Amino acid sequence: MKIDRRSFLAFVLGGAAGTALSPLPWKLTDDISIWTQNWPWTPVPPKGETTYVASTCTLCPGGCGIRVRRVEDRVVKIEGRKDHPVNRGGICPLGAAGAQLLYSPWRVRQPLKKVDGRFVPVSWEQAIGEIAGELRELREAGSPEAVAWIADTDRGTTAELIRRFLTVYGSPNFIRTPSAQDAWETALYLTQGQRATAGFDLERTSFLLSLGSGLLEGWGTPPFVFRACGAVRDRNGRFVQVEPRLSKTAAQADQWLPILPGSEATLAFGLIHVILKEGLERKPFVASRTTGLEDLRRNALREAYAPEAVAQATGLEAKTVVELARAFAAAERPLAVCGRGAGRVPGGLQETLAVHFLNALVGSVNVEGGVIAVPEPEYIRWPEPEMDAVASKGMQTPRVDGAGSDRFPLARYLLNRLPEALLEGEKPAVRVLFVSGGNPLYSLPDSERTAKAFARVPLLVSFSSFFDETAAAAHYVLPAPTYLERWEDVPGAAGFPKPVIGLARPVVAPRLATMPTGDVVIRLARRLGGTLRAAFPWESHEVCLRQTFAASWEPLRRNGFAIDESFKPQPFETASRRFEFGNADLKRLAEFRPLPAPGDPGVFKLTLVPYDSLRLTAALGTPPFLVKALESEILWKNDIRVEIHPQTARDLGLADGADARLVTPRGEARVKLYLTEGIRPGLIGMARGLGREAHDRFLAGRGVSTNRLLAAVEDPSGFEAGWGIRARLERA
Amino acid sequence: MNRPKNKRYGMVIDLDKCTGCGACMVACMAENNIPFRDDDTDKLLSVSWMQVYRLSNGKPFPHAEECFLPRPCQHCEGEHGHSPCVSVCPATATDYDMHTGIVSQIYTRCFGCRYCMAACPYHVRQFNWWDPVWPEGMERALNPDVSVRMRGVVEKCSFCYSRYQTALNRAYVEGRRELAEEEYQTACTQACPAGAIVFGDLNNPAHRVHQIVKPDPAHGGRPRNPQAFRLLERLGTNPKVYYLTRRDWVRRAGDNEIQKT
Repeated sequence: MKIDRRSFLAFVLGGAAGTALSPLPWKLTDDISIWTQNWPWTPVPPKGETTYVASTCTLCPGGCGIRVRRVEDRVVKIEGRKDHPVNRGGICPLGAAGAQLLYSPWRVRQPLKKVDGRFVPVSWEQAIGEIAGELRELREAGSPEAVAWIADTDRGTTAELIRRFLTVYGSPNFIRTPSAQDAWETALYLTQGQRATAGFDLERTSFLLSLGSGLLEGWGTPPFVFRACGAVRDRNGRFVQVEPRLSKTAAQADQWLPILPGSEATLAFGLIHVILKEGLERKPFVASRTTGLEDLRRNALREAYAPEAVAQATGLEAKTVVELARAFAAAERPLAVCGRGAGRVPGGLQETLAVHFLNALVGSVNVEGGVIAVPEPEYIRWPEPEMDAVASKGMQTPRVDGAGSDRFPLARYLLNRLPEALLEGEKPAVRVLFVSGGNPLYSLPDSERTAKAFARVPLLVSFSSFFDETAAAAHYVLPAPTYLERWEDVPGAAGFPKPVIGLARPVVAPRLATMPTGDVVIRLARRLGGTLRAAFPWESHEVCLRQTFAASWEPLRRNGFAIDESFKPQPFETASRRFEFGNADLKRLAEFRPLPAPGDPGVFKLTLVPYDSLRLTAALGTPPFLVKALESEILWKNDIRVEIHPQTARDLGLADGADARLVTPRGEARVKLYLTEGIRPGLIGMARGLGREAHDRFLAGRGVSTNRLLAAVEDPSGFEAGWGIRARLERA
Repeated sequence: MNRPKNKRYGMVIDLDKCTGCGACMVACMAENNIPFRDDDTDKLLSVSWMQVYRLSNGKPFPHAEECFLPRPCQHCEGEHGHSPCVSVCPATATDYDMHTGIVSQIYTRCFGCRYCMAACPYHVRQFNWWDPVWPEGMERALNPDVSVRMRGVVEKCSFCYSRYQTALNRAYVEGRRELAEEEYQTACTQACPAGAIVFGDLNNPAHRVHQIVKPDPAHGGRPRNPQAFRLLERLGTNPKVYYLTRRDWVRRAGDNEIQKT
């Protein structure tokens, strides 16, 4: 057959028309889309039986109740427990991403020992044996006080086991990581004589005044605080946020007062001034339940705290200060809170005291809707351990961080002072340092100095489940199981106004060769023998836990938490049985002076203020879901974006998104700019939590850590009180 | 047994309560097997069914105000189910379910033409430019009730349809045909620590969503509550996600008014 042009075209066109009329193309597109979705590397999650386990989240000091969804033996989702008094079903983004921590391939899989600068896997037997050997040597040399232990809580059985170990071993150096609770606990002790944590009855307050607290950025227990902040409005209450930048908290508040950073305490004294001057204090409460008001009167009625002076110091208008004081005092149940950002920095003691006085003046102390002293739980009643001569002598030595010394008599723990102590002398005061909570190498200000100080410790042992900055610098890493793989009692929920105990339980079997820190303590004690062995009669932490709770163990295990619903605030325990605005201890405090940001304002024209975000964590590594959810106003590609006011940018000749060099007296960093009207001119806002050197590839090496740029600032009581540092921005 | 009445599942988000924390986004990612990449900072390329936007009132310091707006799929009803995306999909990969009011997305039918993405006025649809890869071990946390999507398909919020199916299955086993309000809730609603999200059947006067927005059936479900509004109301897409606020500027931003300069 001859193929001419005509028949060729007829064939092609006819074929095309025929194909188009047949179902073939449609079938093919459908099939192609199905075929192209069946790749062996696209995972198909296996089906199985779904079960729910009630447990407690320990990722922050909140202690929310969680409901873990399992499919067979896999954790697929973590939700909030609806019947839990603290979070009532809510969950924060970190808690919701918990399964990613459990299954992270960047977990420490077994005990590690650093040999010639590299980690090699060792057995638990060997690691514990070698560390016990070092501890024995140190004790035989007569210096047991050269051991220190950093933990993120001083409550619960694990912390008690550690403290017991140190006591019987002979070291007073148990150090809790810093937080705003340090200052609050001290303030409660000084004014109310109560050894207690501060709870805030936010759900019942009608006027919430936050002096810099990031109530919606991780302060306290987020789901509880969130719910309470929303409830203030539902009751037609008022919520005022005092903060230099338009944080998420300020954005939500009824009123944002953009104060000059670091002047919050001055404002608190200014409010006290107005209240006292105008006689607005709650007279029945002040008359019947307080004493020493003359002292506060003398202090606060000075000219320095008159509205005009306060306006000058805070950058607010005098009128605003007076109005705020009047409205606060007139509210039915006013409540003032402080502790900057997420409350990870204690802040000055005087600042917290000023806020506490403010609450006492309006009668909001130990009452419904006020600050409530929540007593420390007392369920741990172990027999007093027997101590030998070495231990007794060691326990007499002053603490390495200076807490409780003549210079800092009020502080109980001062981790911020540890780097200085380690840098002193030819040999560092600490020979063996255990870190079972927090991540001091990342979370302490002035990272360079901190790293230098920690590098001097001959034996650094980390208990981290993840490769964090501290673990990376350690000589041994003894990984603990995550909170989804172990038993743990969780006493208290940060900022919650009632005593509550949660129980974390193994939702899945431990995935890796980990060991609970409590078990390591018991094993170390057994290896060391003598009084140490005798002080730890328990086989394991779990046995210890069961025996400690005794009869209440079963109900706790079944219910997952225990709460004292009938709890009523306890009476004041001061000598006068009243709230004391003034007493001998308070008189001994150094006079309040605002702490300036370090650095020469002539050279550094701007001020860097760090801020917290719930999508970034402080000590722990941020899981991938949160990094993904992070705003592009904070992280762009690998660069951190810092907030500045458009006017500040114009003065510097810089535009939105421009690359810049951020220089402070402590260091410099490459940043990108984010221009916003939501920050005071002259300030640089920078998110905490980036610039990680360890952790996974989603997080590590991205952005800059604020702590590399910040300097340590100490208030006269010894607490870390830094709120910023002088800085300048240059075109990159 | 009689066929159950048609539902119109919808959501109300109280913008005065939303704190912008992102718990809804993370809960959604965990529930719906959302993949994550080394660099997810470019939100136009990042897959996230729930996205929290930051709105600003545009005023200078210190009068600046901000508001956070969580944006799931709006599940537009359009006119009789003609939502913008459904009307353009050549593969019938997305459909409006008259029984639930949920706009579905069937991944195995989608061949990635992205016509729906262009049609959607809310940017709720996202395209998988890359193969989803989970770091070794993390695939253990995947939810078997939601299929994992692969490169080349469009995906979006389904109002946690798998949760609806699970709840419905359970109800059927128990001999019921109707779900109680709390039996079917989306992951974001459940997670929200501020209690800003409410979810339920807009047709059911007993459900909170209905009571809050008081939808007007004569006008495509337009809210009769003056504090409630829908995004880009005037487009007539009739979304089933409502927002609440007392702030006028937020309501105006929701309708994207063109400002006279």
